[in-house]
Amino acid sequence: MKITQKAEIIPGTVGEGLAQRGVTRREFLQYCSTLAALLALPPAMAGAMAEAISKARRQSVIWLSFQECTGCTESITRSHSPTLENLIFDLISLDYHHTLQAASGEAAEQARMQAMKDNDGKYLLIVDGSIPLGNPGYSCIAGISNLDMLVETAKGAAAIVAVGTCAAFGGLPMADPNPTGAVSVGDIIKDKPIINVPGCPPIPVVMTGVLAHFLTFGGLPEMDALGRPKSFYGETIHDRCYRRPFYDQGKFAQSFDDEAARKGWCLFKLGCKGPVTYNACATTKWNDGTSFPIQSGHGCIGCSEPNFWDAGSFYQALSMPVTATPSMLAGAAAVGAAAGVAITWHNRSTKAAAKAVHEKVTVQDLTREVK
Amino acid sequence: MTHLDLLTFARGSALNWALIIFVIGIVLRLFEIFGLSRKADLATPRTHSPGSGWRTMLARSIPPPGMLKRDPVTYIGGYVFHLGLLFAIFFFAPHIEFFRSMTGLHWPNLPTALVDASVVAAMVALGMLLAHRLNNPVKRMLSGFGDYLAWTVTLLPLLTGYMAYHHLLFEYTLMLSLHLFSVELLLVVLPFSKLFHTFSVFISRWYNGDIFGRKGVAS
Repeated sequence: MKITQKAEIIPGTVGEGLAQRGVTRREFLQYCSTLAALLALPPAMAGAMAEAISKARRQSVIWLSFQECTGCTESITRSHSPTLENLIFDLISLDYHHTLQAASGEAAEQARMQAMKDNDGKYLLIVDGSIPLGNPGYSCIAGISNLDMLVETAKGAAAIVAVGTCAAFGGLPMADPNPTGAVSVGDIIKDKPIINVPGCPPIPVVMTGVLAHFLTFGGLPEMDALGRPKSFYGETIHDRCYRRPFYDQGKFAQSFDDEAARKGWCLFKLGCKGPVTYNACATTKWNDGTSFPIQSGHGCIGCSEPNFWDAGSFYQALSMPVTATPSMLAGAAAVGAAAGVAITWHNRSTKAAAKAVHEKVTVQDLTREVK
Repeated sequence: MTHLDLLTFARGSALNWALIIFVIGIVLRLFEIFGLSRKADLATPRTHSPGSGWRTMLARSIPPPGMLKRDPVTYIGGYVFHLGLLFAIFFFAPHIEFFRSMTGLHWPNLPTALVDASVVAAMVALGMLLAHRLNNPVKRMLSGFGDYLAWTVTLLPLLTGYMAYHHLLFEYTLMLSLHLFSVELLLVVLPFSKLFHTFSVFISRWYNGDIFGRKGVAS
């Protein structure tokens, strides 16, 4: 059954766009069912989602890229055509995006200004990359500093989606010693609803899922304390990892190519940060559900957590100290020994002094006592 | 400060300082104890008792005849607690990784479920021992602040470790940080409290066994 055959088509809506592209209602409902499941919504919500999305106007989206590596864009564009993720691009009007838009220079900036004007208070602002506060010259677009562009564009936004760990938490640019003075979107914008979709990069379907939620409900999904949607970031990778039973059995790979690694045993000892990383990698996976880092033999590096870059080596187990070394302990033992010698010397001196002043009781003393 | 930042601090600077204080404290106190020294005993030993000190180290780990029946809570609780703690500290895979990183030594680990059970047993034993301490008039009279402090700082790492593993009360990262802080508290308190018996117990048993052997008292 095609949308064009039965569903009511309202001009200028997403439904019209889908109909023009020949997307069937069955396909669209299947897509909405998948999204509903990913967002942890009841199955019955799929129909409501389909209804809401198809009647919605194409959402104007402005995508700003600051101090970033374009990995987030790479991720969202590598959703597999013609998979359902691509439909999201039919649901939104991507009015500004450096990498994806055809326009450049003044024309590109004009597109942004026009979108801001036409959709004032309604457009969705997506940001990837951190914002340098150290010097505006560290990162500019068309001569406009990242900070100015963010503040200007955020003013008329209905909501902001901070895509990637750099935009959400500062990410790699903010890693010690943070040479550019990088901060996250949330550190600057305080008066708009912000949803963080961290990851380096985030999973494509997580980004599209959040957009679909916004289109369906006109608001942001339930979030955790770090502003991440709970439906995707509600559980740790460790708790949903297919290798978890090996952790419980105490079976661990000792190196990346030993027999245990080939058997798929737990990668905890090789530095996996899955136990403290909240993300959906173990469930939604990557590359059209093909795999995720742990499945391909490498431990999780915890990229969706704030300051993961400064949280110790990627290849040291979580229970290992970040900076303590055996030589540090040896130094402490030497200090303890020196202090012990000093105290022993003091104790013996005290003992010797007491002995020196000690007067033995004599017979005369006893005699006097008797008197 | 996010929970991961807190964990990084717990695994970083906080752990460094706790370890430094712990190692300095242990070495210092051992020097202090051995440095006290005794005058050489010039008297002829009353009985010929070679190995008396070594025997006592073992003998005092076994209840004297009749004592197990007379005070089962103290003995059984003591055994269960100490063995549970031993398994939890030395046979949980993440803990072995810690020891390996600090000493280069490592050994096989137990399945996590067994370690979990040993932690539960140790905590139950600690609870029973505390109840016994409070209910027994003699024990209560003998107990002071140091005893309750030792009990608390020993329980906390077990409790927080158990809660972190089972995702109780707080989310895992925060609970794991609290677990590390509780371990660091234990490391700092241990050298300067009754918990120093971890290092001195066998030294003092050997000394007592040896000196009593010389004086003709059976070990």
